Amino acid sequence: MAVRRLSPDQPESFAFTPENEAWAKATMAKYPPGKQASAVIPLLWRAQEQHGGWLPEPALRRVADMLEMAYIRVYEIATFYTMFQLAPVGRKAHVWVCGTTPCMLRGAEALVEVCRGRIHHDPHHLSEDGDFSWEEVECLGVCANAPMVQIGRDTYEDLTPELFEKVLDGFARGEPPMPGSQIGRQASCPQGGPTALADFAKAGK
Amino acid sequence: MALQDRDRIFRNLYGFQDWKLAGAQVRGAWDNTKALVDKGHDWIITEVRNSGLRGRGGAGFPTGLKWSFMPKNDPRPSYLVINADESEPGSCKDREIMRHDPHLLIEGALLAAFAMRAHTCYTYVRGEFMREQERLQAAVDEAYAARLIGKGNVHGWDFDFIIHHGAGAYICGEETALLESLEGKKGLPRLKPPFPANVGLYGAPTTVNNVESIAVVPDILRRGATWFSGIGKPNNTGTKLFQISGHVEQPCVVEEEMGIPLRELLERHAGGVRGGWDNLLAVIPGGSSMPCLPGSICQDLTMDFDTLAKLKSGLGTAAIIVMDKSTDIIAAVRRIAYFYKHESCGQCTPCREGCGWMWRVLQRMERGEGEKREIDLLWDVSTRVEGHTICALGDAAAWPVQGLIRHFRGVIEARIDRRQAALQQAAE
Repeated sequence: MAVRRLSPDQPESFAFTPENEAWAKATMAKYPPGKQASAVIPLLWRAQEQHGGWLPEPALRRVADMLEMAYIRVYEIATFYTMFQLAPVGRKAHVWVCGTTPCMLRGAEALVEVCRGRIHHDPHHLSEDGDFSWEEVECLGVCANAPMVQIGRDTYEDLTPELFEKVLDGFARGEPPMPGSQIGRQASCPQGGPTALADFAKAGK
Repeated sequence: MALQDRDRIFRNLYGFQDWKLAGAQVRGAWDNTKALVDKGHDWIITEVRNSGLRGRGGAGFPTGLKWSFMPKNDPRPSYLVINADESEPGSCKDREIMRHDPHLLIEGALLAAFAMRAHTCYTYVRGEFMREQERLQAAVDEAYAARLIGKGNVHGWDFDFIIHHGAGAYICGEETALLESLEGKKGLPRLKPPFPANVGLYGAPTTVNNVESIAVVPDILRRGATWFSGIGKPNNTGTKLFQISGHVEQPCVVEEEMGIPLRELLERHAGGVRGGWDNLLAVIPGGSSMPCLPGSICQDLTMDFDTLAKLKSGLGTAAIIVMDKSTDIIAAVRRIAYFYKHESCGQCTPCREGCGWMWRVLQRMERGEGEKREIDLLWDVSTRVEGHTICALGDAAAWPVQGLIRHFRGVIEARIDRRQAALQQAAE
């Protein structure tokens, strides 16, 4: 359980762009008639993406109206699921640092220190220039490439504090680095090369 | 005897090759799937049951048996739901299947859905796996375009594959919480019974299976149940994706035979324990909810459901977290306790209050504060969480704490002694 509340500063209104509105309609149609509430997480997520990475309160009401749900049911969703950001996040990057034991064993605490020093001492606060924010999150499911962070849709894996600084430098310049392993590993293959499937390790089709 | 390459199911585990339909077909996917469908619903269920496949999501329930619970003549639609909410700390295998061999999953889903007379499959992918959702969707689109799935497909069984996603909640990996979330609600687990096979998604018969359980089905049906059951050990058959993280030289995901000795697994594929085998302090053999085992009993340990259960731990998702002697084992378990405190849905009082309580006490024990009698108190509280909640998250939170006390009580006591001696010295 975590205490999560809506930000006191909220915009007046929220509307989906025409493209997102059409996408929302198509998403609702994936579920049986009368079960459109199933689309609540995808719609809220699209709203968050459209609104610069955080979910304003008018968007909750807009999604509730589209899905014919009571407002409170959508508020519950927004506060229960921790990927919904309830206050503004960094313009260039909101960093999820995985801090759970498999990452911790390989140095995630040092990555948190990088965030504290470089972005803000506390999670969920904007850096001075408003470009960055960070939070420690629970296991992101990339344990064989620990420690790692996720920024937006991509993961940056096999990090050290120095490599992590380089990743953040890239975002600061507006040139995000290549996602995935930052030490050149192929996915979750052992670093020295595959110990199995040698015949399949060629890039052949 | 290690697994031979010819017996591996996940032939593109690391993504060296093409994940798309053409590449998957070269590796054997979608090869005359119609012939398997033509053998009938019951043949598939019997074959999967005879293969001995046990669910790969953690509990190890026999997959074929689970499928046989689905009602056969029910007016309601039946659903297959695939659990891709991979969130158990240490687990990172379903991600590799979805991004590197998504067609294994889609083909398996068709066969499983056909066996259970379902026409629709929802796959619930955890929200953070955005690239995996994109990749899986691209593969699904290919399968629709090639008329492998969809209405009027070449297999003669109408089948829709729909990808759904969550938004950051470990609890949605619990099957009934997943169904609640898929229905557009908070992920609060349901009381069982009724079980999903009777009242599942939208109140209809539903079977929830892990990604790996479904993705191995096409190979089992093609090569035969006896092929699969001939790998591994009795009652623990087949191949398994092992995920090795923590203090090894080369962390990795690898497919191996069930029942492979831990030491062989680590040394063959992960470069061994950092600093050598004798530097092993403890392993968590099956994801964070499984109790840790001390290195001293790991010499001949084999990695299968039954062996680990006898040691009061478990294979879980086969996510092996290795800890060498530099590890502060109390801190490692304290961080796991924080995870469960954070992820408790808050529905049941023992879990909601107990997880936070255990975490706070472990924080103090990490610093050597408190008294030795509190170790017994912590054990006692853990047993009041375990087994007293709607879902297994309470158990999952209690077991790592119990594992710590069972095997590393001396470490906790020594730390309390050390702090008290330091306080004494300061007072003098």
